[in-house]
Amino acid sequence: MIEKPLPLPTTDSEPYWRGALHDELLLQKCVTCSNYRFFPRHLCPFCGSVDFEWQAAAGTGTVYAVTVVHRAPSKSFIADCPYVVALIELDEGPRMMSNVVGSPPEAVKIGQRVHVVFDHIADDVALPKFQLENN
Amino acid sequence: MAVAIIGVGDTPVGKLPEWSSMPLHAEATRLALEDAGLTLKDIDGVITAGSRLEGFLMHSASYAEYLGIIPSYSDTMGLGGASHCAAIRHAGAVIEAGLATMVLVASGDNLATGMSRQRAVENLSSTGAGHPEFENPYGPPIPALYALIANRHMQMYNTQPEQMAAVAVTMREHACRNPNAHKRDPITVDDVLSSKLISTPLHLLDCSVISDGGGAFILTSADRAREIRKDPVYVLGTGEAHTGEHVTTMPELTQTGARLSGKQAFASAGLAPDQVDVAMLYDSFTIAVLLQLEDLGFCKKGEAGSFAASGQLRLDGELPVNTHGGCLSHGHPGKPGGIFHIIEAVRQLRGEAGERQVPNASLALVHGSGGALATHATVILGV
Repeated sequence: MIEKPLPLPTTDSEPYWRGALHDELLLQKCVTCSNYRFFPRHLCPFCGSVDFEWQAAAGTGTVYAVTVVHRAPSKSFIADCPYVVALIELDEGPRMMSNVVGSPPEAVKIGQRVHVVFDHIADDVALPKFQLENN
Repeated sequence: MAVAIIGVGDTPVGKLPEWSSMPLHAEATRLALEDAGLTLKDIDGVITAGSRLEGFLMHSASYAEYLGIIPSYSDTMGLGGASHCAAIRHAGAVIEAGLATMVLVASGDNLATGMSRQRAVENLSSTGAGHPEFENPYGPPIPALYALIANRHMQMYNTQPEQMAAVAVTMREHACRNPNAHKRDPITVDDVLSSKLISTPLHLLDCSVISDGGGAFILTSADRAREIRKDPVYVLGTGEAHTGEHVTTMPELTQTGARLSGKQAFASAGLAPDQVDVAMLYDSFTIAVLLQLEDLGFCKKGEAGSFAASGQLRLDGELPVNTHGGCLSHGHPGKPGGIFHIIEAVRQLRGEAGERQVPNASLALVHGSGGALATHATVILGV
């Protein structure tokens, strides 16, 4: 049985994954230019500053692009097919990849409002996923 | 850039269980040397793009060792499908700087038949091109990354699945005229749309075919090129732009780095898109061709779908594209993917393309892209 790929936190991302374990979506916000960024990283891709703080995101956003996967990338995802892979534009600005769960896959469209839910897939890992706003 | 391509060679592409990665490199290299009337001892620069099956730490050095030569310049490119076009640009700079005089670019892999022998590769195909930490846990196969781009393009510009399918149909028509191509049975738009759904809106026949195969070409200075037995194909302009590696961080899904690399290439050549006779565009998926047609300036934004569907990419169209059949039908051995586009451009410009020759082709554009339209390199070639 091939396991699903699990995130291996780095020194950049450890607070992000620790937040997810506590059902919090944490984003880095640059202290110098006030931009939020994703993925987590040591310096700001907008201004280069290394000064940032972790802030809890609202956990809401909009579907930016969406696909329904019918052919899994590995055996571990076959049972989930068909499933939604989407890019979510968070209200704070950054985009992130996620699954939209809790709706028929074909119902998920660009522009729909979503909110975060946390899928605790292992004792020490929770993945931020999203649901349509009216669910 | 005063350099030229003086020799090209390629193996057939398809299922070649008799050849592993290194012999595929070597057979293509042998043919490229023969084409140029050179021998291995003339080569003092080596560029490769690695192998998915033979994991050498220093691939280009391993390949020179395999050939028994000691180059003064060696590099393994890591830009996916942009590697080979970028290799032309880099080799040109290397030759102009005097670091090497004759640079061999070679690439070959056996993705179709080598896989089963390599359990480790299962892992590679499952993790694909996604970010290991922030994308792959959500299960996107490689087609899903392009499917997100296609979904966005459809939403913004009303692009239709039939228009993407037309790209696959035209590539197959071209492959039918190429004895070296992997897929040579004609297909229709209906065949594409009724093939297995992979990741909406992309069907199986929107995706390139997994193949074995190898290609190689040789570059030298324009001055040395004139002493070679065949007419040189000159590098007139080049450009590169790499917007990242992952689809999550693409600034805008329907506007790729090809806009920047294409602009650089046309500016350095002093040419414009409407002067190009034939274009070789990186067609890992049908949607990729539409994006490149727009971003390289051949179509206005949002109009590539109707351009393709009206037959303009065919041999008798306004802009023949991928006359060898592209990754979609000539074949896609993985890392070598983009090298066959360059080889085909050279053959078109020399008038050696046989049944698929574009009459009087004298100016070709080749574009390579890696990841999900993440890395981009453009080359303009002419005779």
